[in-house]
Amino acid sequence: MIDVLGHLRRRERWRWWEIAIWLALVGAILLIPSRAALINEALIAGLFALSLDLILGLAGVVSLGQAAFFGLGAYTAAITANAGYDDPLVGLAAAIPPAALVGLATAPLLLRGADLTRLMVTMAVALIAGEIANQNGWLTGGADGLNFMVAPLFGRFSIGSIGDGPRNAALFSLAVLFVLFFGARRLAHSPFGISLAAVRENRLRAGALGVSSSRRIVAIYTVAAVYAGIAGALLAETTQIVSLDLFEFHRSADVMLMLIIGGAGWLYGGVVGAGVFIVIRDVVSAATPEYWEFWIGAMLVVLVLSGRERLARLVRLRR
Amino acid sequence: MTPALEARGLTRRFGGLVATDDVSFCVEPGARQALIGPNGAGKTTLINLLTGVLKPTQGAVLLQGRDVTALSSNKRVRLGLARTFQINQLFPDLSPVESLGLAISERQGRGWDFWRPAGKRAVVAEIEDLLTRFRLSEVYDQPTRALAYGKQRLLEIALALACRPQVLLLDEPAAGVPEEERHDILAALAALPGDVAILLIEHDMDLVFSFATRISVLVTGRLLCEGTPAEIAADERVRAVYLGEDGHG
Repeated sequence: MIDVLGHLRRRERWRWWEIAIWLALVGAILLIPSRAALINEALIAGLFALSLDLILGLAGVVSLGQAAFFGLGAYTAAITANAGYDDPLVGLAAAIPPAALVGLATAPLLLRGADLTRLMVTMAVALIAGEIANQNGWLTGGADGLNFMVAPLFGRFSIGSIGDGPRNAALFSLAVLFVLFFGARRLAHSPFGISLAAVRENRLRAGALGVSSSRRIVAIYTVAAVYAGIAGALLAETTQIVSLDLFEFHRSADVMLMLIIGGAGWLYGGVVGAGVFIVIRDVVSAATPEYWEFWIGAMLVVLVLSGRERLARLVRLRR
Repeated sequence: MTPALEARGLTRRFGGLVATDDVSFCVEPGARQALIGPNGAGKTTLINLLTGVLKPTQGAVLLQGRDVTALSSNKRVRLGLARTFQINQLFPDLSPVESLGLAISERQGRGWDFWRPAGKRAVVAEIEDLLTRFRLSEVYDQPTRALAYGKQRLLEIALALACRPQVLLLDEPAAGVPEEERHDILAALAALPGDVAILLIEHDMDLVFSFATRISVLVTGRLLCEGTPAEIAADERVRAVYLGEDGHG
């Protein structure tokens, strides 16, 4: 007998290895607090990569400009804190509306042309955002960036760089990542998420089933912008400094690289890729500070030549 | 009775070429109608005009009496006009169950639901029914790209039917299907619900004459004539431009 419901729900169920990943992350933060800052960085990069996975992995729309929203979120959190609203949660919430608005406003640019056009257009959006931040020094501090302080989380837990700060910061980032990941997971398995898969696989047929591809793409791009904005705000709050570097091209490119390393479309790709990327950078740059990017590049070549599926089979982590 | 689908003076020019030239016809509710014509007669352009992929230079398309000329193709689908494609347009990585589930939840207006699971008990019965009717049960969980061509052809029709259309345009449903899988397609066509108006665009004369109760003949963008299969078979002009060269009597 065929099991339609079981088949439809096979990806919704939480697998043991998913739970293991999250527990391992909690364990890593608690057991090696000396590396908490690094773990925090990886978690935020993972959230940032998740935002790219929403548009690239689910809807098949490429972007090299996610840094626009990352920087926007970071600056919003910094400016909000400097204005006296220095609760970390308020800062995160404040990052949502601007990211959503800019995402919504620039999404129509993605609807025309081919992938190459989209890469260029999204890159341009990030460049323009960075330049606007640069030109408005009265608000953003220009080339100097902004230093700011955030209040302890829930009035108790400092997320600064002293004492338990880095550990708290990493736990905070993990909690935010988990909540947003949970949301992305729900979305991916909802009718909306399946319709994105349809748009990705065959836009002509999606239209013939009544799906307006343009609107779905605008919607998921806006959601992805919010995710990137929150990731930026998290980075700002846990480092308590923002600079124009946040808008730079290498941010968008790194996050694309992480997603390619971890694999797009299964949501954990961003987290896994960010972890691998940052650990390799940390290990290799300690040995050869000048040439660590060479090793990342070499790894990417191996990945592309051997095929990630084959590597994944080696580790036996089936999706 | 209001026609399920009506074309009024449809004209489409591509530069100097008139691909569709003042075509008017009606498809009655529940009709089994066929549109035939030699290669280059403008059948594909006409389908694209009816479904909204192309906008006409002149003329109008009416769906159950409502002018839908200005509406996009996905809005027309929601108003009850579904189609299949001559060349399979499927979702290679999705299974038949997922593809059908998608079509059903879009029809139910749940396409924007981003929180509740797509796998709902409410859609299961309908998916199972479609799988059975289109002989897809044994491959229900395979990715579509792994399906045999004939099965993909069946899924092509099943997806359109999952939209619960009032009008269904079938664009050469048997095109390229190997002889041994043809029977499944013909059986599926014969079993299509009687209340759905069907416009069949087809090259295969055996299929047209066994399926349709009314036939329209399109030649160089114009409607040459319309009638019952017997009338069309007996029509001298049709013989001259079409049936004659096809060797059919």
